[in-house]
Amino acid sequence: MIEHLNWTATIVFVAFFVLVTVLGFVASHWKSGDLSELHEWGLGGRRFGSWITWFLLGGDLYTAYTVIAVPALVYAVGAYGFFAVPYTILIYPFVFIAMPRLWNVAHKKGYITASDFVFGRYGNKWLELAVAFTGILATMPYIALQLVGMEKVIVALGFQGEGYMAHAPLTIAFVVLALYTYKSGLRAPAMIAFVKDIMIYVFVIAAVILIPIELGGYGKVFEAAAKAYEGKQNAGLLLTQAQMVPFITLAIGSAMALFMYPHSMTGVLSASSAKAIRHNAMSLPAYSVLLALIALLGFMAHAAGVKVANPQDAVPQLFLKMFPDWFTGFCFAAIAIGALVPAAVMSIGAANTFTRNVWRPFVHPNMTPSEESFLAKLMSLIVKVGALAVILFMPTKFAIDLQLLGGVWMIQVFPAVVFGLYTRWFSGTGLLAGWVVGFVFGTYLSWGPTAWVPMSPIDGVGVFNALIAVAANIVVATAVSAVFRPASDETIRHVDFEDQMEPAKA
Amino acid sequence: MKYLVLLIPCVLALWVPLFNVTEPTLGGVPFFYWFQIVMIPASVLFIWVAAKIEGSDL
Repeated sequence: MIEHLNWTATIVFVAFFVLVTVLGFVASHWKSGDLSELHEWGLGGRRFGSWITWFLLGGDLYTAYTVIAVPALVYAVGAYGFFAVPYTILIYPFVFIAMPRLWNVAHKKGYITASDFVFGRYGNKWLELAVAFTGILATMPYIALQLVGMEKVIVALGFQGEGYMAHAPLTIAFVVLALYTYKSGLRAPAMIAFVKDIMIYVFVIAAVILIPIELGGYGKVFEAAAKAYEGKQNAGLLLTQAQMVPFITLAIGSAMALFMYPHSMTGVLSASSAKAIRHNAMSLPAYSVLLALIALLGFMAHAAGVKVANPQDAVPQLFLKMFPDWFTGFCFAAIAIGALVPAAVMSIGAANTFTRNVWRPFVHPNMTPSEESFLAKLMSLIVKVGALAVILFMPTKFAIDLQLLGGVWMIQVFPAVVFGLYTRWFSGTGLLAGWVVGFVFGTYLSWGPTAWVPMSPIDGVGVFNALIAVAANIVVATAVSAVFRPASDETIRHVDFEDQMEPAKA
Repeated sequence: MKYLVLLIPCVLALWVPLFNVTEPTLGGVPFFYWFQIVMIPASVLFIWVAAKIEGSDL
């Protein structure tokens, strides 16, 4: 089981893991608040300024799975994997205009989730449930994928096991994570994110400078990669004609879906001001540069002669080949910790959503704040156990397929949330009808004969299913809203979306 | 106006035929890749201009 272990790398790896575990528990005392209230446990008391939000959102959005999957896609097909870059470019102009409005109204009304806002806006608890259901459903496989990312590096350390023992290190790591998330809430991943993000910056900068030097420069790296793609269909250093529209629509669809996920919302709403969000719209792209550089690791793996059957092993194998053991341990720790932060925030986001938008309206409308907080803590445990079960008992492909579908589903709440920030023309009934159509249609499109398919041909050109389905969603929502008009009781006023005037300084 | 400014980086990032070429390379990196990487800080610049136009609190 451990006879092939790389001891130096493992010791460094374990040391960092212990460090963040301690931080996770200590975090409960940080910026201390009453953790028996949901906005304290689940949103850090909305006390995170520009810097903390930068680390938290950076650690939350650019996940361990991304660090493995994006270069894996580049390793496998080349240019197409770079869709992640236009995707992240599209996100921040959107965050800049829309998210401060959401933060302002959430702050004034005490909203903790996207569904809270949707209910406040449209007064339709079935639409609220639809938004909540979508978020929880899409988040579960996403957490499971973080575990996949973590397991890749544990295996690369040389750990081998039979049957369930193969998953022992992962299970231990996850139990520890579950415990400190339960205790400290959002403060735990926020504090750990500092360590994680700094480690990722260090390893990426080291990798993109040192590895090409050893391989003879970027020119050589791209030459070697070009050779590796020779003769392959739909792979290469540039996009083929047939890949262009899929590339564009995948970027647009992914960008529209990203900030609908509960974990993105949690990160945004925990900021201390709309100003902190605007700052982050301008500072978070630093992580996008990092992601683009990480994508290039896929080419470097070809140049370094890494040959793997599963492209997801390309990056771990590249590090093992190019770096001294202690630094490989450092990089692997960064990836593993990079899984802990999003996994924690995702479970908190899903738990907040379940408590606020499923349990409270449908089961127990008169929950006290401490009952709310207790239920959310419990849910965060259940969500994590569920994700772990997916990894232990189902093939990995299942989680990957579900996550692909997750984007198709998540984008269906975009009209309800984002249109709602600007207009009350749409009615709850209309948006709910649109959601049903988009959800069912998107799932239907993705249902291939042998596997899930992300693209459907329109006029012979592949288009991302999420975009086709959300277009149908918007058409239906508009048509039904024109017939079923919203009730006239306006609970949110225009001014609620604007920044509050600061009291004049004396 | 501010929406127009925010739209520019989005359109550039999606205008694939514009950058789906190898030349000019930069330090051995094909145009396709370095152009997109340069677009990231450039997009920040556009957001900053939009913030100035909006006169928002920064």
